[in-house]
Amino acid sequence: MPERNGHDAPRIGFYVCHCGHNIAGTVDVAAVAKFAATLPNVVVARDYKYMCSDPGQELITTDIREEKLNRIVVASCSPLLHEHTFRVATQKGGLNPFFFQMVNIRENVSWVNDDGKAATAKACDLVRAAVRRVAVHRALETKHVRIHPDVLIVGAGISGIHAALTLANAGKKVTLVEREPTIGGHMAMFDKTFPTLDCAACILTPKMSAVKNHPNITLWSYSEVTEVSGYVGNYTVKVKRKPRYVSEELCVGCMECIDACVYKEGKTPDEFNQGLSKRKPVYIPFPQATPQVVLIDPETCIEFKSGRCKKTCVEKCDRNAIDFKQKEEIREINVGAIILSTGFKTFDAKRIPYYGYGKFPNVYSSIEVERLVNASGPTSGELILRDGRRPKTVGIIHCVGSRDKNTNRWCSRTCCMYSLKLAHLLKEHSHAEVYNFYIDIRAAGKAYEEFYDKLLEENIHFIRGRVAEVTDWCARPEEKGKLIIRVEDTMIGVVRRVPVDMVVLAVGMEPNADAQDVRRMFNISCSTEGFFLERHPKLAPVDTFTDGIYIAGACQGPKDIPDSVAQAGAAAAQALSLIDAGEVELEPNTAYVVEEDCSGCKSCLAICPYSAISRDEAKQKAVINEALCKGCGTCVATCPSGAIRQNLFEDEQIFSEIRGLLEADEPILTGGEA
Amino acid sequence: MTTTAEQANGWEPRIVAFFCNWCTYTAADLAGVSRLRHAPNARIIRVMCSGRLDPQFVLDAFARGADGVLVGGCHPGDCHYMEGNYKALRRVRLLERMLDGMGIHRDRFRLEWISASEGEKVKTTINDMVARVRALGPLALPAKFADWDREMDELEHAVAAQTEDVHA
Amino acid sequence: MSYLYFPGCSLRSTGRAYEESILAVFRKLQIPLTELEDWNCCGATAYVSIDENRAFTLAARNLAIAERMQGNGGGDLMAPCSACYLVLEKTQHYMETDEGVKREVTTALHRGGLDYRGTTKVRHPLDILVNDIGIEKIARAVVHPMKGMNVACYYGCQVVRPFQTFDHAAYPTTMDRLVTALGGRSVDWPMKARCCGGSLTGTIQEAGLRLNRALLKEATARGANIILTCCPLCQHNLECYQKRINRRFGESLHMPIAYFTQFLGLALGIPPRELGIQRLFVPLPETDGKRKEVPAHA
Repeated sequence: MPERNGHDAPRIGFYVCHCGHNIAGTVDVAAVAKFAATLPNVVVARDYKYMCSDPGQELITTDIREEKLNRIVVASCSPLLHEHTFRVATQKGGLNPFFFQMVNIRENVSWVNDDGKAATAKACDLVRAAVRRVAVHRALETKHVRIHPDVLIVGAGISGIHAALTLANAGKKVTLVEREPTIGGHMAMFDKTFPTLDCAACILTPKMSAVKNHPNITLWSYSEVTEVSGYVGNYTVKVKRKPRYVSEELCVGCMECIDACVYKEGKTPDEFNQGLSKRKPVYIPFPQATPQVVLIDPETCIEFKSGRCKKTCVEKCDRNAIDFKQKEEIREINVGAIILSTGFKTFDAKRIPYYGYGKFPNVYSSIEVERLVNASGPTSGELILRDGRRPKTVGIIHCVGSRDKNTNRWCSRTCCMYSLKLAHLLKEHSHAEVYNFYIDIRAAGKAYEEFYDKLLEENIHFIRGRVAEVTDWCARPEEKGKLIIRVEDTMIGVVRRVPVDMVVLAVGMEPNADAQDVRRMFNISCSTEGFFLERHPKLAPVDTFTDGIYIAGACQGPKDIPDSVAQAGAAAAQALSLIDAGEVELEPNTAYVVEEDCSGCKSCLAICPYSAISRDEAKQKAVINEALCKGCGTCVATCPSGAIRQNLFEDEQIFSEIRGLLEADEPILTGGEA
Repeated sequence: MTTTAEQANGWEPRIVAFFCNWCTYTAADLAGVSRLRHAPNARIIRVMCSGRLDPQFVLDAFARGADGVLVGGCHPGDCHYMEGNYKALRRVRLLERMLDGMGIHRDRFRLEWISASEGEKVKTTINDMVARVRALGPLALPAKFADWDREMDELEHAVAAQTEDVHA
Repeated sequence: MSYLYFPGCSLRSTGRAYEESILAVFRKLQIPLTELEDWNCCGATAYVSIDENRAFTLAARNLAIAERMQGNGGGDLMAPCSACYLVLEKTQHYMETDEGVKREVTTALHRGGLDYRGTTKVRHPLDILVNDIGIEKIARAVVHPMKGMNVACYYGCQVVRPFQTFDHAAYPTTMDRLVTALGGRSVDWPMKARCCGGSLTGTIQEAGLRLNRALLKEATARGANIILTCCPLCQHNLECYQKRINRRFGESLHMPIAYFTQFLGLALGIPPRELGIQRLFVPLPETDGKRKEVPAHA
């Protein structure tokens, strides 16, 4: 059916949706339809229960044919939800899909007003505006852009790794960028994972190895994204590869350089071991790091600080892999889709001074304890405290930093389970008495509640109460030398003092410190807590509002490993679906110059943030590159001659909308109307 | 259906709101999804970016009878199109001065930065603005224009009637 | 910059030494103080348990008078007693956030020819001395560094909770910084903001004695030879029941309890009698023989 192009006088079909009770419960939809029928150019006015359903859409396509309509207006929910649906219906009916205008009378009217009379009046104003506007719509063609088949994944923790493998196995070329010298993220630090008590390294290292060896994955570790430009399907990304001062190609990870270093022992707090041990200037984060390449820290290496080191490391390396002259490199890649899986950071327990973190040496954060109980950790898995003792009693405090108006309001979701896990591991390693101090036990996943049950049988003590303080004030002789946890045991209604040798703080999960900078770079939003914002919390949890950019894992919100992997798979699927579609439709809301009106004043040239406007020196007129234009409309508002127009948001269309909104009392304006 | 712009019983402020698609319009939808009920006086016009806001839209809205105009955009630094909201800010500041000169009270024209997750802010902004505009009463420019046109007509006729007897 | 000064009832009775030392110190540092005209009792913690609106009205009267004295610009009102300080702050908080309280109190004040705008800022002398005058200026004025003094700074609960206006609710440091600047050694101890029991020493004495015993014991155990306070009731509780605590619990506590302004005054070279040192039940520790000790009364 050939598309009509609206040259004839407008013949508007109007449809108002009940949306079940959602709209019709407040707005008198029948009255709105009756009102619409009285408006200029409206030929058909109907109300229907569910316009977005198949029969609803068929009303449109049938009416277009039978009533010879050339414009459609639907008053229902938000255009952000169904504008596309109804444009498709319009097109099916044989019209150009942009002869359609939507009126939001649900999110903006029925859902926010209880007064039926006021809501109906508001709906009518909005309908009148849309009817005026759609009359001056023009036929437009959607832009199609090709999608580059490669993908960039930022962040190589378990989420990034899983997404990379999924995409690489599907035959896509993936560049995986990780800012740390090794991939694996937080999961690489854990000892066992709940609820199965799988060894984290055992399940992670095969995946890390697969990433390293996959022909379709380019792994850039110790690298960071510095610049992103472009749009869906066509992103250009600059990545900074930081110098290790060791050649990745030549180093085999034998680590003899570390032994040979002039430092007899480490002096710098080891980042991977959370500062519980020390490392040398030449180091590897952990023995199974991927890539298995050492690196040199220029802040502490004598050669860098004085230029006069014996360089025993270079002597020892028979691969000649050490290169003090290595420089930072900037690489540029083109990709069609980007997945952000940048993870999280733990809450800094120093922000709660009355728990004594940083003050008392035997108060630990949970992530520190993960390293303590890990067989490849600083104490080889032996539970030895900072003062050399082995604890006979341990207190684990839940919800540190979480569920708290003073710090973070949200629940960090994983802490209850990992606290239970640590309780089990600590007891196993040391046979100490273990106390968990909790508010609620959140064990919602598969086999989580059963894990909690098991712990109850292991004689671990559970005290329900939010810990008030950890203090070294002893009130009784037997408390001497211990840390006292003061808490109200809300089950028995008594304030208790529980003396322990070791305190473990179950710190919550937070967005990374630079989450705001990262999200600005990629042009996505964050929610109020600071995690990356998903397009829809239920129906689009891994999409963002920027097409082509997806999020997965803890950067979207606190979650455990199973959920992170699930989201990573989902993000990979979304990226796959974009790439395999091959091309994508862009809304044709770009700006264009009407040459005869352009005076060549150049006001618009500097205005465009995408440098889409240039000047044709020969004609002395502005020229817009449609491929670069994103459709913001700023140049349109800037042009003093009105020579720049915007498709879909023409001045004429917006002025019509304004007129329609306000013309209840027909304006008695003399001298020109829109 | 709609109320009149006369200062009679039942006058309700009419606010035209220009909301940017990515932040403020999304926040308004969020307010709807969260059922945050607020005053029904704002009518939203969606634009892709607050940078699209032509000052003439604002003036036209007032001229056609709006009692208030509200502009919503992303927070500075967060514009989906990078800088559109800064351009909007510049225009708004200049427009504010012009409106002052025209005798239109500051409370009738407002720029608010509202991000996509701030549904609550949409509600409080609209409620606050409606309260302020209600306190100011109707602006009723179309009626004023009609008066001035009538006056001009009368003056023209008055002068036309005199011309015979008056020397230049 | 003159501060309005609200003594409160205690500073004219059991807390006399606090007022004496504050006035002497402020005079020495040339900080102008003007006493609030016709001030009345703030109601402390007692009245608010009986009738909230009247209690707030009683306290607000002082704020209203302060506003009248200060004019449109507003200004600071210093309340040295921690209870007065908190009551006044709380009154301001409820006047701002509770429509009902605001209505009742304003109506009552109007009847008395007064108005309330909320322009007065309630301040504590600890805050004024350390944050307004500044540690450097005070350190420069020290003539007698307090060597040999191991001070357990005791803040009590009312000056830092719940509003945390000038210091942390659980680990405050303002007084400690002052002590260090005066040449003393500030002892790190975990009870610095723990409750002294307030009026419990009068009503349920067993509870009051236990609380103070814990404080005194811990300060002693940490090596302090003096406790400094910033509240007359804290000073009274810590000082006056030591013999009773010793008898009841078999302790041998003997800890001088002074106001931080007395300590500051000594460091600034003010004669002890002007600071009310003679009113202390437990004499100051013997440190260097150069300072003249005033014998204590029983």
